[in-house]
Amino acid sequence: MLKWLRHNLVVFAGLGTLVYMLAPNVVVFVFSFNDPVGRYNYEWAEFSDKAWTDPCGVAGMCDSLTLSFKIAILATLCATVLGTLIAFALARYRFRARGLVNSLIFLPMAMPEIVMAASIAMLFLSMGMDAGFTTILIAHITFCVSFVVTAVKSRVIGMDPALEEAARDLYASPIQVFLRVTLPLAAPGIAAGAMLAFALSFDDFIITNFNAGPDTVTFPMYVWGAAQRGTPPQINVIGSAMLVIAVLVVVAGQIVGRRNRAKA
Amino acid sequence: MSKQGRDAGRVELTGLSKRFGGFTAVRPTDLTIPEGSFFALLGASGCGKTTTLRMIAGLEAPSTGRVLIGGQDVTGLPPHKRPVNTVFQSYALFPHLSVADNVAFGLRRKGRKDVAQPVKEMLELVELGHLGGRKPAQLSGGQQQRVAVARALINHPQVLLLDEPLGALDLKLRRQMQLELKRIQTEVGITFVHVTHDQEEAMTMADTIAVMNGGVIEQLGSPTELYESPKTAFVANFLGQSNMLPAAVLGRQGDDLALDVHGVRMTLPASRAVPGSSGSSRIVMGIRPEKITLGKAEPDDAHRNMLRGIVSEASFIGVSTEYRVRIAEGSELVVFSQNRDDERPRVGDEVVLHWNPRHGFGLDAGQDLDAGTGEDAL
Repeated sequence: MLKWLRHNLVVFAGLGTLVYMLAPNVVVFVFSFNDPVGRYNYEWAEFSDKAWTDPCGVAGMCDSLTLSFKIAILATLCATVLGTLIAFALARYRFRARGLVNSLIFLPMAMPEIVMAASIAMLFLSMGMDAGFTTILIAHITFCVSFVVTAVKSRVIGMDPALEEAARDLYASPIQVFLRVTLPLAAPGIAAGAMLAFALSFDDFIITNFNAGPDTVTFPMYVWGAAQRGTPPQINVIGSAMLVIAVLVVVAGQIVGRRNRAKA
Repeated sequence: MSKQGRDAGRVELTGLSKRFGGFTAVRPTDLTIPEGSFFALLGASGCGKTTTLRMIAGLEAPSTGRVLIGGQDVTGLPPHKRPVNTVFQSYALFPHLSVADNVAFGLRRKGRKDVAQPVKEMLELVELGHLGGRKPAQLSGGQQQRVAVARALINHPQVLLLDEPLGALDLKLRRQMQLELKRIQTEVGITFVHVTHDQEEAMTMADTIAVMNGGVIEQLGSPTELYESPKTAFVANFLGQSNMLPAAVLGRQGDDLALDVHGVRMTLPASRAVPGSSGSSRIVMGIRPEKITLGKAEPDDAHRNMLRGIVSEASFIGVSTEYRVRIAEGSELVVFSQNRDDERPRVGDEVVLHWNPRHGFGLDAGQDLDAGTGEDAL
């Protein structure tokens, strides 16, 4: 018995960690079926599927969700395109101020978020720009670019230069080389960068809060605001749904990857 | 066979050179590689052989000079417009494509749609017909190497360029692939230009070898020519081993040069000496270790060159024994002797070394006699 326990200690430690990490999610999920008494959803009253059948029943919540998605998708697109171009430039070419660009790109990741949030807000203020959708989007692209550059650059640096030479040697024009060889090889890095950018933009609170206007309440801002006034179970619904979707995406990716490997 | 005519596979380099910043990788070089030949560029790393190959492929722009393929000037053409294909040292197989798609890559870029049949035939030529669906990472090194050859050959290039294609394989597989490449070259009849640092590989496979050193072609010729009549100390040492004996020229007797080697009179046919060297008073006589006969008694034939010495080292190799023999003045000669006799000389024995004068070769005195003996030469 003791021996068995010792052999499986790692398994138990792993399971324990998993429980520790997932327990809050379970609580959130369970309480999404609650019909709370009063404004706060902290005590179990009775079972209800009201929140799941009417997730947009709370004023303003689904608007904030839509806004967050819009910003996250646009920020991801811009940051991925820009970041990929910058990554190729940094990895492939020697130019003046290359070192400076490299450290500037790294800065948003190393700097405390509050500093960046305040400085961006000051910039917009001094430029006389009204805080709102555009300012949030620009701020998000700024920090997302750093993560995309980092993810893509390491991929491009690790690429065997002979692969592109082989493509050129096999009658591929420069555009074909890029589309048929370079881009597919860099794709995992680009995808990783894009996913990171989306997640960071979607759940960013500090930088968003500094640069948002009165009409632009993103989902994280909404949740924060709701926590002051009362927490409808619909917030639990959105939270649980996002977790489930994220897990499904990862599982689907694993299955596709495994099938590709089995086929090859 | 190429369709473009008889000399489509001829490569001509005129005054071709390459500088990288302050470093000259290839000095101005003139070279003609005939159609259908298996041509080797041989040299130690950094001698400019790969740069030369890359300039033929178009992957490197020459600093001066021109590249002609099949009589057509391709100097200004980018690689994808040149009628050549390359087998890269790292194979450079596209990891995201299957073996069949790798092989079909060139045909597809040229706009061909019906690639299934030629791909199948090409994979069969390299004996990989059953692996078309795999990804390169799932193949062994030898198999990847064949895919790289197939991917280049399927396009029927006028010239196939091979950049150290066997460098990553182990010895046994390398020997096997050498024969295979030679077979494929004979079968398809395309000009092969092969870059290698392995002198044995170059001699086994190539019809003609250009030995490069310091960005210059030191000597060009058939493997036999280079081995039997090297023109520089570098070539003599880089291809096999050589004994170098500094000698004074005493005079000319008919077709022979009379020499003084460590106080011993020897002869060397004047035709075996590098032109120009026979007129000077100093010369270096070279002799290959296996050409020397090692015995106890003087030879019956008085015309043979002869030296006396003491065996200082004897290493048994199997088919032969490698002796180091100290000749009177303190310098040593290397001798390879076939293990035919039961009684072999031992360390400390006094022996007689003799050889046919026609097996010697004369080099210019005043060059580094150890050139080409470094680690890279192995």
